[in-house]
Amino acid sequence: MRFTMSKFWALVPSSLIRLLGLASLVSIGGCSGNWGWYVVNPATETGRQNLAFLIDGLYYTIGLSVTAICISICLGLLVALPALSSHRAPKAINRIYVELVRAIPILVLILWVYYGLPQVASLSISVFWAGVLALAISDSAFQAEIFRAGIQSIDRGQYEASHSISLNYRDTMRYVILPQAIKRILPALGNQLVYMLKMSSLVSVIGMQELTRRANELVVTEYRPLEIYTVLVLEYLVVILIVSAGVRWLERRLETS
Amino acid sequence: MDQPATQPFIQVRDVSKYFGQFCALDAVSLDIELGQKLVICGPSGSGKSTLIRCVNRLERHETGEIRIDGIVVDDSPTGRAVLRNNVGMVFQQFNLFPHLTILENLMLGPVRARKMAEADARDLAMHYLERVRIPEQFNKYPAQLSGGQQQRVAIARALCMAPKIMLFDEPTSALDPEMIAEVLDVIEELADSGMTMICVTHEMGFARQVADMMLFMDHGKIVEMGPPKTFFTAPESDRCKLFLSQILRH
Repeated sequence: MRFTMSKFWALVPSSLIRLLGLASLVSIGGCSGNWGWYVVNPATETGRQNLAFLIDGLYYTIGLSVTAICISICLGLLVALPALSSHRAPKAINRIYVELVRAIPILVLILWVYYGLPQVASLSISVFWAGVLALAISDSAFQAEIFRAGIQSIDRGQYEASHSISLNYRDTMRYVILPQAIKRILPALGNQLVYMLKMSSLVSVIGMQELTRRANELVVTEYRPLEIYTVLVLEYLVVILIVSAGVRWLERRLETS
Repeated sequence: MDQPATQPFIQVRDVSKYFGQFCALDAVSLDIELGQKLVICGPSGSGKSTLIRCVNRLERHETGEIRIDGIVVDDSPTGRAVLRNNVGMVFQQFNLFPHLTILENLMLGPVRARKMAEADARDLAMHYLERVRIPEQFNKYPAQLSGGQQQRVAIARALCMAPKIMLFDEPTSALDPEMIAEVLDVIEELADSGMTMICVTHEMGFARQVADMMLFMDHGKIVEMGPPKTFFTAPESDRCKLFLSQILRH
């Protein structure tokens, strides 16, 4: 039942250390003398600055992903609800939304929201919010499918019992169905967050100063793509492995409760 | 509403219900007075569960009319209100809310549907938990209780909504034999306290004790209806005789 943070961290290091070890093996044994680690060598002033520049992108990557996932969860739930209706029209609305959004590549959606939407809606939109919006919309179609499956997995008797104690639709969903459904889909939501963290790298194309964009910019000034992109890979690895460990921890916790 | 003095509390008039081609209820008519205890029996698929589920509008009947307290039960606001204020239901599978404690299960309806204050709802819930004799379990989750205890919680949950009539849909069919008695005892006490009830059950000993009217259904029709004395000793129809001989043999 009870989980301590130490158990949470215990899930992280083994896999992480193994991967870091693998990465260093590649760097040492893979090539002969062509590495120029000085660009990110924390022992030198420039190296430190470069490293800090790269790592600071984390704020944006995490900020972007977390904001986007919060919005996409709300949007996904909103889109999932009509799918549960017994009428044909709401179901069709859900299907059309899901099929349409899933058919648009995320990169294309990012470009369209940033360059196209301001002209259509005559509003100015910041890079950050353009990225959030595009990622959230794109992810909401998948969230909707997750919610639909989760809600449909709840036994019909739960609705009937709610009806028999006179709960209306809203209260039935809020107090009976969704708490149970969300518990079941939490691991899937966690996986979407991992996916979102990776897809946020695409927002670099519109100039968002997140991890990937910063790596690109540094490559242009330092001409050391190999080392800088290796650092970039490691940055994503660390973040995502921590989040994955969190998801696994959550899964175990839910299993026992 | 023409003759409020003589009108039965529940009126079922020519109610038919189809599942696709299958006729679950075939023009069923039935009157139930306040205080009456009706027990419905019959083979599976005979429409007995469908009948009480139509009364509670868990199923929609195609033709005919059901009135409670003179008001037509339908999807209109008045139809919903009359259900909300009068009818409680207990299910074969208990259908407790597994993510809520026993107390929360009981308080949900009063607090959310009745807008009762939390403290009052808690008192009410504890009162009914005592009545079904498991007040000490209030803080547990349904999965931590035995089947018999869960069903008693389900009865208490329905009672918390202060219904005038209770519907029981095979309340003991999902229970281990040694737990049937504790649930039937609670229902019997409820019957003795004057609660109006319709109960679908195969427990004929219980039916004999509690019912003031027996009803036998087959193929969506009421085949036989009468007070338990004549129903058990001298059933008129052959179908009912056969059913009773089979069910009472053991």
